[in-house]
Amino acid sequence: MTAAPLLSAFRQSLGEAWAGGAGALLPLGFLGGAAVLVPLGIGSDADTLRAVGPGILWVALALSSLVTLERIFQADAEDGTLDLWLQAGAPVSAIAAAKTLAHWLSAGLPLALFSPLLALMFQAEASPALLVNVGLYALGSLAFFFWGGVGAALSATVRRGGLLISLIALPLYVPTAIFGALAMSGGPGSTGAPLLLAASTLFACAVAPYAMAAALRLAAD
Amino acid sequence: MNSEAVPLLTGTGLGMIRGERVLFREIGLTLRAGEALVLRGANGTGKTTLLRILAGLTRPETGRVTRAAPCHWFGHREGLKPQETPRTHLTLWARAWGPGADIDAVLTRMGLARPADVAARYLSAGQRRRTALARLLLEDRPVWLLDEPYTALDADGRALVDTLITQHRAKGGALIAAIHGEAGFPASGDLTL
Repeated sequence: MTAAPLLSAFRQSLGEAWAGGAGALLPLGFLGGAAVLVPLGIGSDADTLRAVGPGILWVALALSSLVTLERIFQADAEDGTLDLWLQAGAPVSAIAAAKTLAHWLSAGLPLALFSPLLALMFQAEASPALLVNVGLYALGSLAFFFWGGVGAALSATVRRGGLLISLIALPLYVPTAIFGALAMSGGPGSTGAPLLLAASTLFACAVAPYAMAAALRLAAD
Repeated sequence: MNSEAVPLLTGTGLGMIRGERVLFREIGLTLRAGEALVLRGANGTGKTTLLRILAGLTRPETGRVTRAAPCHWFGHREGLKPQETPRTHLTLWARAWGPGADIDAVLTRMGLARPADVAARYLSAGQRRRTALARLLLEDRPVWLLDEPYTALDADGRALVDTLITQHRAKGGALIAAIHGEAGFPASGDLTL
C-alpha cells in the first residue's frame, strides 16, 4: 500500500471544503454567534462571564463541529465517489481518517484559532494561557471531528441525517468536553486534565476510523 | 502464456435478496482474459446489484466472488465533484492510483480536450460520462465492470466506448457490461437475469 490514495482523498476533501466559497466558515460563524449571544443571555457581569467562558466555548465548539459534518461522506455517497474510494487500493479506514483530518483542518482548526478572541469577549485576561488554550481547543476539536465523522459515515445515505449525527456523536463528545473544560477550570484535578484530554483525542483518532470504514462499507452496500 | 486458462473473475452461487424479494439466485459466471460478457435483463432485475457484488462493493446474500485481478467499476454515478474539471478529476485519480498516466493524452482521446477545464457542474451529461470513462484509461486494471456504458453518450461517444472495449480485450483485459439494446462489440457471452 502506498500513501498516494490517502493524499488524494485529503486533497479532494480540502478542495471541496473551499469550493463552496465560505462554506468552511459556517462553523466559525456558529461559534462566534454562540459566543456573542451567551453574554446577552446571562448578563454582562464580568466575574460570571470569566467563570463560565471556557466552558461555554467548549460547548459551542462541540456544537459548531456538527454544523458541516453532514456533508463529508454524504456527498461522496451521492455522487459515486465513495465507490471509487472503496476501490482505491487503500484501507477504507485510512481514507476516512484522511478525509476527516482534511475536514478538521478546514473547519475545525479555525475554530480553535478563533478561540482567544472569543475568550476575550468573556472577559478573560489577555495572557499566554489563552494560547495554551488554543492548543487544548484544537486537540479537543480533533476528537469532536473524528467522533462526528462516525456519525456522518453512519448517516451517509440518510437524507437530512444531521439529527442522527448529533444523536450518535454527542454522547461520544462527553469525555472530551469534560476533560477539556476541566483543564481550563484551574480547579482540583486540572493539572492532569490536558493529558486526559490528549488521551481521549488519541482514542478517538485510533478507534473512529475503523467505525467510519465499517459504516461507509454499509453505506455503499 | 496460459492466461487463457486462469479466470480473472469467478462468481459462484450468487444470490441476492432486496427487501422481501429474491432479486436473483444461483448466478455463476467465469470471466477469462479477452472475454466480454453482456449482462441483460429488464429494469429492476438486479444487473447493477450483480455488478456491484462482482466489484466487491455490495455483499451477496449467498455465494462468493473470487477476484484474481483488480477491477475498474464504472457505475451510474460519475464520481465527479461539482467543482472538479475533467482535468483536475483525472489528475486526482491518476495520483491516487499511482501510475503516471498522461492526462492530456487521455483527455484528447476521450474528446474532452475542449471542456478539459470546465467545472463539472457546467458539463453536459455526456461529457460527465466521458470523464468517468476516462478513468478506465488511468490505470491498467484487467477487469472492467461497466454499468450501462452507453448512457448519455452520442454516436461518437458510443463508438469510442466500443473502441476502448476492443483495445482492452486485445490487451488481455476482460469486461462485464450491463447493456440495453445492441452492444457495439462482439460479446463472448450473454447472461440474462
